[in-house]
Amino acid sequence: MELLAFGKTGWGDELFYATLMTIAVSITAMLVGFFFALIFTPLKLSKYKTLNLVGNFYTTVIRGVPELLVIYLFFFGGSGAIMYVASIFGYYEYIEINAFITGSMAIGIISGAYSTEVFRGAIQSIDKGQFEAAKVLGINKFGQFYKIILPQILRLAIPNLSNVWQITLKDTSLISVTGLVEIMRQSYIAAGSTRDPLFFYSFAAVLYLLLTYVSMKLINKLEVRYNKGY
Amino acid sequence: MDFDLMITSFPKLLGATVVTLKLLSASLFFGLLLGLFFAILRLNKNIFINKFAYSYSYIFRGTPLLVQIFIIYFGLGQIEYLRTTFLWVILKEPYWCAIIAFTLNTGAYTSEILRSAFQTIKPGIIEAGKSLGISNKIIFYKIQIPIAIRQSLPAYGNEIILMMKGTSLASTVTLMDLTGVAKYIISTTFKPIEVFIVAGGIYLFMTFIIHNVIKYLEKKYSFQQ
Repeated sequence: MELLAFGKTGWGDELFYATLMTIAVSITAMLVGFFFALIFTPLKLSKYKTLNLVGNFYTTVIRGVPELLVIYLFFFGGSGAIMYVASIFGYYEYIEINAFITGSMAIGIISGAYSTEVFRGAIQSIDKGQFEAAKVLGINKFGQFYKIILPQILRLAIPNLSNVWQITLKDTSLISVTGLVEIMRQSYIAAGSTRDPLFFYSFAAVLYLLLTYVSMKLINKLEVRYNKGY
Repeated sequence: MDFDLMITSFPKLLGATVVTLKLLSASLFFGLLLGLFFAILRLNKNIFINKFAYSYSYIFRGTPLLVQIFIIYFGLGQIEYLRTTFLWVILKEPYWCAIIAFTLNTGAYTSEILRSAFQTIKPGIIEAGKSLGISNKIIFYKIQIPIAIRQSLPAYGNEIILMMKGTSLASTVTLMDLTGVAKYIISTTFKPIEVFIVAGGIYLFMTFIIHNVIKYLEKKYSFQQ
């Protein structure tokens, strides 16, 4: 237990901040993922074949390639790409993007592919009559979507989105390879300096279990709330 | 775009794909056996056996694969007692550690897939077997297992693809699999995009093959209505 003490003698406070970092990266990645889903879900559902192709390309490639490879692409290629864009605007200095942004972008793009599939499935399983009925009642387009379609999509999507959240949370462990100090990285550092890897990695496993357990409990509450009408 | 690099790195990456495939096939084979074993335990009426099997799948599905590999590769070596037993011959090799971690991980997911497949078998089918005087053992092996395999094919296909992506983590314990070699080439040439296209292409090709094989099997074993 001494190893987990807070303060200078133990690793308690370091691991606590690392846990907060994991939560922060997961939430950011999930939001980035929603942003991508917002762009690519309409593309996948579009009437035009070319737009479909773009949407399918995104979800197929990201879901078929290992997460670690995507992270390496961002880690090694991220600053290069930014510098290339900057050089077009006449800025030639070296730009380094921090590990938090690279990590949450990489994980966000991965989680976005899964979210896109979830939203596509949810929208497709809504009865066509719902759209038509809303139109017949003379509700404007904005009202149709936000008041009638969106609540139904959320009800269908939340159970699957909770899976996406679990995947995202577990994927954040992979960005420890970029040097961002989250649970995995902090355990690695602690294991290295105390020569006690078994304890620290097991503790990391417990922290992850705790995070998944608590977040499942919270999501279940949301599920109940959106299922009210059924 | 550096096409020369793409062409020269292709054979290297293809060689590394063999390692990936070896890891994948070994862990899928052992994982299926383990998954079947734990799925049967989950269906057991004894509450302790049931809880044991549930906590196994809960722990391995709730923690990242990376943690599991690190515990097995870095952690277990710390136990002095293990170093004296014959197990150390296996546990000192990163290759076997990776396979053990992948097996335990995919076993947890597979046990869930098979359990839900067993549970969706209609009781009428088992009762029909019983009324024909077929013994319980044969009902299990000849009726329940084939139906469960058919039921679980789509989900198991997803699991195979997830596992194939999971083998990329072997590169974190010094194994030179497809991702490991890709990372090595990227860090020596600083051409991430080219290498990503080639390595990602190989992964996508494997995904494509697995997807179509599963689709074919699904069609072959679908019920004749």
